Amino acid sequence: MEIYLDNSATTRVLPEVAVLMNKVMCEDYGNPSSMHHKGVEAENYIKQAKDIFAKILKCDSKNIFFTSGGTESDNLAIIGGAKAMARRGKHIITTKIEHPAVQNTMKYLENEGFEVTYLSVNKLGCAEPEDLKSALRDDTVLVSVMHTNNEIGSLQPIEEIGKIIKERNPEILFHVDAVQGFGKARIYPKKTGIDLLSVSSHKIHGPKGMGMLYVGDGVRLKPITFGGGQQGGLRNGTENVPGIAGMACAAKILYENFDESYERLFTLKEKLIKGALKLGDVSVNGVSDDLSDIRKTAPHIVSLSFSGTRAEVLLHALEDKNIYVSAGSACSTHKPEPSATLKAIGLDKDLLDCTLRFSMSDFTTEEEVDETLNALETILPLLRRFVRK
Amino acid sequence: MKKELFSDFLIKYAEIGIKGRNRYMFEDALVARIKSSLENIDGSFRVYKTPGRIFVSAESEFDFDEVVDALSHVFGIVGICPVVRLEKDTPESLYESVVSYMKEMYGDELCAKGATGESCVKILKERGLNAESPKDALSNDNFGKVKWQEALPSINRGKDDTISFKIFARRESRNFPLDSMELNVEVGEAVLNAFPGLKVDVHHPEMIVYVEIRDKIYLYSEILPGPGGMPVGTGGHAMLLLSGGIDSPVAGYMMAKRGVTIDAVYFHAPPYTSERALQKVVDLAKIISKYTGPINMHVINFTDIQLAIYEKCPHDELTIIMRRYMMRIAEHLAEKSGALALVTGESVGQVASQTLASLVCTNEVCSLPVLRPLICFDKQDIVEISEKIGTYETSILPFEDCCTIFVAKHPVTKPLRSVIEKHEHNLDEVIDDLLEKAYETDRVIEIR
Repeated sequence: MEIYLDNSATTRVLPEVAVLMNKVMCEDYGNPSSMHHKGVEAENYIKQAKDIFAKILKCDSKNIFFTSGGTESDNLAIIGGAKAMARRGKHIITTKIEHPAVQNTMKYLENEGFEVTYLSVNKLGCAEPEDLKSALRDDTVLVSVMHTNNEIGSLQPIEEIGKIIKERNPEILFHVDAVQGFGKARIYPKKTGIDLLSVSSHKIHGPKGMGMLYVGDGVRLKPITFGGGQQGGLRNGTENVPGIAGMACAAKILYENFDESYERLFTLKEKLIKGALKLGDVSVNGVSDDLSDIRKTAPHIVSLSFSGTRAEVLLHALEDKNIYVSAGSACSTHKPEPSATLKAIGLDKDLLDCTLRFSMSDFTTEEEVDETLNALETILPLLRRFVRK
Repeated sequence: MKKELFSDFLIKYAEIGIKGRNRYMFEDALVARIKSSLENIDGSFRVYKTPGRIFVSAESEFDFDEVVDALSHVFGIVGICPVVRLEKDTPESLYESVVSYMKEMYGDELCAKGATGESCVKILKERGLNAESPKDALSNDNFGKVKWQEALPSINRGKDDTISFKIFARRESRNFPLDSMELNVEVGEAVLNAFPGLKVDVHHPEMIVYVEIRDKIYLYSEILPGPGGMPVGTGGHAMLLLSGGIDSPVAGYMMAKRGVTIDAVYFHAPPYTSERALQKVVDLAKIISKYTGPINMHVINFTDIQLAIYEKCPHDELTIIMRRYMMRIAEHLAEKSGALALVTGESVGQVASQTLASLVCTNEVCSLPVLRPLICFDKQDIVEISEKIGTYETSILPFEDCCTIFVAKHPVTKPLRSVIEKHEHNLDEVIDDLLEKAYETDRVIEIR
């Protein structure tokens, strides 16, 4: 049996999505810009997809733009937004625990003459609204805060942040990277004061290479790529119709079963954490030890530190039992630096290299969680016996 | 260089030439290696031997640079000469061919350096021909109309503004009216007549045009360097202990350079080393296989032996004892596959397990010779070779290999054989079993 607990890295595509995409690729393969019937057919898939997202986000379909993924959505929102606003000011605020797609875009803007303030987070990985209040300045043009942290599953106080920003100055753009949050939380950008919202398809059982960006009414962005004027000239290039159809199909199915799946994931999360803590010398990140605030975190991400082991070895030992997890965040394991998020929450230095992320999806079952706990119970004592002296 | 002139390459080889009655074996091996290196690129090629020379002829469209790159990975080749092949005809037609080769190949360069000379232009003008610049003197209408004797008085033969050349002719087959010496003179004169500004220098010419008279006539003037060494397959067969580091791929490359066929063994220690670490070693083997030819890479699961050593032997001797078992396993595999030696990337004193005292301890467990081509190389020298052969970038990828996972902070640097042997006895109860199990995990990956 394969136990896949690395759903924050990527997810298995839903069968319905694969079937639909196959049809779009093999039969309805027209270019949505073509004038003939084939083009109209393809365009309809895009319209339907926009409607699906508009319904989920409670916005208008004209607010929906499609990109090549979460990274491009983040880049377009941040660079496009900052450049469009540059005349008003050059100050940006973000947090210390953003995904590299945001972090490195900020570095780029710093080189372009913008000033970026990085908000600290507390022990549980949440930014403090008060810190934001004092960081806001007259020349602040953009605030970018992630919805759900990809490594420890902490949720940011998005609603409060939105309120603070808009009270201070409604012109400040508020970008939310919801790559990990979309599908696992109900997000309503209009109500929350969000101007820009990034979503990725392959984290919600859609295809890879596909993303979405919500752009609020009246928000002006400068495009970052240039071409045939598709999607209002904001995101040029022939639309990835099968990807768009597939992503929307996945999102629709996800939100149809939202409440049930949300509860189920929390039950599993609780079970996994409690079981792991019982194994001894295990600690949980992003949630306080008594789990009292677990409902204030994402339902699908569990970050555990196993002292006296090395994450990479533990990961491979689990892999040997067909259990797939990740060390820190899969997107950055190519770099041997310790994770910025784990450092930001003040995790003990000795534990930085002992931390694994378990991330679940609707495919995850209770048996799989039990199986994983059993595996940990066998593996941990073995690994702890053989340590680097 | 005008690459489009050529569809043939003459391959020069050095050391093979001095072999005696075995020479054909070396040549055949070189031909075979050239053929297989050309298999990976576009185009079809004929590779054939003539006495003392090997030729590569393109029989379809091909990319010049791709061919040169492929050939420059074949050990045994010292020079790759793009060559023009001519049918045998009269001496006069040969002169013409050499001159037009020079014109096509170097025309612009020669004319820029005054080889046609302002004086040619002057003489041409005096004869009422249409010539304004040295370049015009090269045009088909005017080319060769001025003989070098006429131009001589007015040409400035200063040191810097003319190019010296020499013709290097070899008549290998007798059915051509001129012998090598006569050819040198006559062809040289023809070239001088075409480019009056050139001068002949038989001792230190800037340019040598080779004319070889064989079954056909071959013209060339450029010799691109080959990698040297001996053709792989002529030097026997050895087992390389390959890790993911910088040294061992270079050691494999160096052995192959002496004609040795390489097989490899990699010690895998899951879960302590990852699948990516294994993939990295496969990638490294793939890179050196461009030089070594196909490699059979054995992957041995070494975890249990390592853990047993960890539990039962002193920690500071772990690496030495581990190396001893690696040598034993490598020798076992070598004997099974007919390899005559083991190859490691060790260099004296580089790390604790590579001091002479340590090498004595790891050496004594096997009876096959252990070849260490890098034994006197500094790290920087090894790095330079690895950069040259393209393994460096892969070698420095940060995946842990089995040598580093349990390494002691202060490993022994002067191990005593007697002490190591004594501690190794702690493993007596389990080791035969563990070795047997390790052999069972042997998985061979064919790298090509």
